[in-house]
Amino acid sequence: MTPTWAQIAYLVAAVCFILALKGLSSPKTARTGNLIGAVGAVLACVTVFFAVDLDHEVPMLAAIAVGSVAGVVGAQRVQMTQMPQLVALFNGVGGGAAALVALLELHEVVALSGFGDVPKFDLAAIAFTILVGSVSFAGSLVTFAKLQELMTTRPVLFPGLPVAFGGSLLAGIGLSVLLVVDPSLWVGVVLALLGLALGVLLVLPVGGADVPIVISLLNAFTGLTVAAGGYVLGNTLLLVAGTLVGAAGTLLTKLMATAMGRSVLNILFGALKGGSTLGAGEASDRPVRSAGPEDIAILLGYASRVIVIPGYGLAVAQAQHTLRELVDVLGEKGISVEYAIHPVAGRMPGHMNVLLAEAQVPYEQLKEMDDINGEFKQTDVVLVVGANDVVNPAAKTTPGAPIYGMPILNADEARQIVFMKRSMRPGFAGIENELLFDPKTTLLFGDAKETMGKLLAAVKAI
Amino acid sequence: MSEPIVWLTIFVLSVFVGIEVISKVSSTLHTPLMSGANAIHGVILLGAILVTGSTDSTGALAVGLVAIVLATVNMVGGFVVTDRMLQMFGTRRPRPDTSAQPNTSAQPNTSARPTTNAQPATNTQSGARP
Repeated sequence: MTPTWAQIAYLVAAVCFILALKGLSSPKTARTGNLIGAVGAVLACVTVFFAVDLDHEVPMLAAIAVGSVAGVVGAQRVQMTQMPQLVALFNGVGGGAAALVALLELHEVVALSGFGDVPKFDLAAIAFTILVGSVSFAGSLVTFAKLQELMTTRPVLFPGLPVAFGGSLLAGIGLSVLLVVDPSLWVGVVLALLGLALGVLLVLPVGGADVPIVISLLNAFTGLTVAAGGYVLGNTLLLVAGTLVGAAGTLLTKLMATAMGRSVLNILFGALKGGSTLGAGEASDRPVRSAGPEDIAILLGYASRVIVIPGYGLAVAQAQHTLRELVDVLGEKGISVEYAIHPVAGRMPGHMNVLLAEAQVPYEQLKEMDDINGEFKQTDVVLVVGANDVVNPAAKTTPGAPIYGMPILNADEARQIVFMKRSMRPGFAGIENELLFDPKTTLLFGDAKETMGKLLAAVKAI
Repeated sequence: MSEPIVWLTIFVLSVFVGIEVISKVSSTLHTPLMSGANAIHGVILLGAILVTGSTDSTGALAVGLVAIVLATVNMVGGFVVTDRMLQMFGTRRPRPDTSAQPNTSAQPNTSARPTTNAQPATNTQSGARP
């Protein structure tokens, strides 16, 4: 039995986690909130070592040291552009840990089963944790591979996939029932393997642009497994923390899906219906109008109102610092410049805000989509840097397109549109952008950083 | 556990707290939010410690240690990386730096700050073309 003082420490830790999430409602309190959460986590870990009589303390502390070093090194080394991959990876290992904990608990339950009945609800929670934890682990690793471009970012489909997925799901449920009725370790192990297969099958058919939503969903999954694990172990902190993350993750998934104008089910299984086979992912050879940095500089220098639409390509080229400098110079010339941030700009929702924050772009210049969409009509020049899908009119006009229904930035309403692009290759969603061929559009080809530098020099020269 | 109804109560109330707390988060912070929530479910570390510390089979000990490493990576890495992101949001504070140097061209990054801070307020009204 856990002593009362430890129960209270767990309660304090749970409150710390709630405050951590609450702090994130404003950029001002977010960092403090996160630190409070970290303090809660440390408090909980110290408590468990003192409250419970544990064996193997030395190897366990060594394992914690190894994990801490790995976590800190990973977190410090990662580039901001790679953030979604890292979140996926961390989420996956958490899910894996939860599945292993449930397997060990099952091992213990089986060993003790001669001494009386195990409550069926405990076994159900164990089965849930093993299955869903494994799904989260394998799914997150596939997500990581997709985002890191270790494999194709396009939906992977093969003929038997829906059957395989459905079959594995049914088998998973069947084995879970078997585990509850007649607990044995091997059923648990098979269930874990099945969960791994399910995780892979779940994420394979999801296309690149939708992957962030899957990360969020798997995050919620892991939260729920932790909650179930807390129930099995009789630990309130795990139950509360896991449920918090599960609820928050589910809501966040829904918010993101709404921002893309899709339902979560459509994102997960849309490709299975064969709906999103559009888009060859190849460069088009239709004629476009392009110009050099000097021409674009004149266009910008004589505008009175400019909106910049930054995309992931900007961050990949590490051109955000040069862009900020360009905006500063235009500002000095008395030109009003703002950034229009699409909710899913970058590789995950809010990613672009992080990337621009890294380049020290002032907060006030960043405008969210709903706030700025009415203002494109009064805008002289829209500068689209490394973005594509978020301004693609196909989202409004082409019902078959994978991004159809996604709210977009109304760049097409501006008087002039300038695209800075490396090539004519389509965006993450793999479809062609009609806006590129619009008579109002001018293209500026080249590596974003290099071209941005030339553009900056040209603007200064005016 | 002997009192499933108590656990159910805690569960349901936590669901509401989770939803309530998240619905106020601005989309600007969705990425740190995901990574912060991610760090929180790293408390499965506690579960890993509890099961590993009470086992007496070598195989289970090995599996438990793996679980501890994985859970620690999740928790520690999650909090550190979230802090790294939020730190950048924090540096937005306008600096009371009044060095009279309007030409920011020479210094690419940090020293260009004074001018950027002054911009947004003045920009919006001046429609004057150069």
